[in-house]
Amino acid sequence: MEPFTRLTAIAAPLDRADVDTDMLIPQRFLRKPLTVGYRSFLFYNDRYDAAGKLKGDFLLDREPYTRARIIVSGPNFGCGSTREGAVYAVVDFGIRAVIAPSFGPFYASNAYQNGLLPVVLPEDVVRGLLEQLAAVPGAEITIDLPSQTVTDPAGRQYRFEIEPARKERMLGGIDDIAATGEFAQMRDALERKLEAETPWLTGKELAELTS
Amino acid sequence: MVDTTRAAQRPRSMFEKIWARHVIAEREGGESLIYIDRNFVHEGPFYAFDGLRLENRRIHRPLKQFAIADHYAPTQHREAGVVAIQDPDIRRMIEQLEQNARDFGVPLIGMTDARQGIMHVVAAELALVQPGMITTAADSHTTSIGAFGALAFGVGASEIKHILATQSLWFRKPKTMRVTVEGSLSRGVAAKDVILAVVGRVGLSGGTGHVIEYAGPAISGMTMDERMTICNMSIEMGARAGMVAPDETTFAYLKGRQYAPSAEYWDQAMAFWRGLPTEPGAQFDQELSLDASRIEPMVTWGNLPEHALPISARVPHPDEAANEKQRGHYERALAYMQLEPGMRLTDVAVDRVFIGSCTNARFEDLAAAAEILRGRHAVVPAMVSPGSTDVKRRAEAAGLDRIFKEAGFEWRDSACSMCVGSNGDFALPGERCASTSPRNYENRQGRGVRTHLMSPAMAAAAAVTGRLTDVRNLG
Repeated sequence: MEPFTRLTAIAAPLDRADVDTDMLIPQRFLRKPLTVGYRSFLFYNDRYDAAGKLKGDFLLDREPYTRARIIVSGPNFGCGSTREGAVYAVVDFGIRAVIAPSFGPFYASNAYQNGLLPVVLPEDVVRGLLEQLAAVPGAEITIDLPSQTVTDPAGRQYRFEIEPARKERMLGGIDDIAATGEFAQMRDALERKLEAETPWLTGKELAELTS
Repeated sequence: MVDTTRAAQRPRSMFEKIWARHVIAEREGGESLIYIDRNFVHEGPFYAFDGLRLENRRIHRPLKQFAIADHYAPTQHREAGVVAIQDPDIRRMIEQLEQNARDFGVPLIGMTDARQGIMHVVAAELALVQPGMITTAADSHTTSIGAFGALAFGVGASEIKHILATQSLWFRKPKTMRVTVEGSLSRGVAAKDVILAVVGRVGLSGGTGHVIEYAGPAISGMTMDERMTICNMSIEMGARAGMVAPDETTFAYLKGRQYAPSAEYWDQAMAFWRGLPTEPGAQFDQELSLDASRIEPMVTWGNLPEHALPISARVPHPDEAANEKQRGHYERALAYMQLEPGMRLTDVAVDRVFIGSCTNARFEDLAAAAEILRGRHAVVPAMVSPGSTDVKRRAEAAGLDRIFKEAGFEWRDSACSMCVGSNGDFALPGERCASTSPRNYENRQGRGVRTHLMSPAMAAAAAVTGRLTDVRNLG
């Protein structure tokens, strides 16, 4: 996982609420191995015509946004399904952070797992960012994770919140499994306790039934 | 040491009890590491297995996983087996699941297994979900099986990988919401109508960060099939999970099923389960109450599940929106759905009907639709994909398949099918589809397809008349 520290980049103003996972990546592409590259599946139904030809008029296909590394969007970004392809496609397009007033139930946790930083800012701040970005296409935003700040094109700074443990993992590019390793003994202890309390769920019985 | 005396005095919700048992470690104000009792995988999160291989990891508890083929399973021509699937991508998805299960020692229900079906339906049928458990799956509608008094929620592929490797998950403790449904349902009103009414009230993100407990006489009077329909759509309000307290209905459903507690453990399990329901006086972060007797058959008119209205209503005008943001939604929805504000919902003509999905394709759902279809004929293309192969078999034993076929419906095999289209079951571009599924997002059922969500009986009524129809008028 690529660490995230500080990023100054072109931000694409995707001024829309409730960008859902079906929009981010239609289900039919989720059968493709990651090795094919997921960037062309991003917003596929908005970007390609029925014949599969790139229309070129979608925000991310217009200059200068083909070089955008930040998306700024409306509330409830990434709502809908658990599909992590909706993160893979964004990441493969070159995006490192999404700024929105809120995220769908699965999106932020899926994003963290792939080094994509979900930044939550108040709705009026996001509105201000969208307006600035629309006024000056190609304007840059800076996201500084150590200080937890977003700097808008006019130089104003906004602080965002991130759980300390999440921040640490993003800064170090550490995945959750590595971080969980240190809790293995505590996990084993609880596992033994639960299996003693509800012995009908141990998996031992399951093994006997399955074999 | 925790002060158990004080903890014991404060009345606790069912969610709090289940959560507390499963916490491995917690960080104040942050995420907790929680133990997962059982995890389900379908074909989708193959990335998780690829990752395990790449990182040279094993599965911590292979027997606490279950692999079930549902998203990509074709609903036709299955007899020839997986090798005969025409689309190479779809074939590979199913073969890959079966291979991953074998390689990692995970119990498998493959495409041709007699127990195959939509994983949430199968989890219930085999009693793989039981009260008090925490279960996960890479599917947002995992919320369905919270109907058993379990905490059940969807996770992404990387989280699946984490669960496979560690049997645990970093998860922020959700807030709680209780939705109490008072009174009883009127004739012709189904569980789907209740949950559409709730989703319409709470909205697309009103439940964000919450676990919803559904309570009240209308809920406790429901069968397990119906409770699953209710819990299923919790995610359409942004809620992580939905739950119903376990009771005699739950216990009777579970008893004797394949993975239910054996006779040796049954009494012990029952005693444990009886201790789970929310105690009187327990506090919830949000409370909402509805009167079931006022709920009518519902349909969605727009492109979000919250766009739910009684069938007697008219398509709303953007001016009726509660605020500017909703006004924007309404305008976009009207344009996509190609509907005129003010037109009667019963004047909306449909091109196709789909009865299926984890929301509404259990036995009782098919029986309710068949009841309407008996002696009638569909005027538009229509299909049924039962919730599981067992539902299909039981429906055939009860003669329901004949009613569907005589009414002009295609009687297919069990899969997620046209709810999401992973297996290639799509409506034709631009069609308007009456669907018993949980989600009406743009392009979900096919390119430009306009989805109207409704109950199985309402979908049957729409098939017969070719337009959105109040099922109560069909008698």
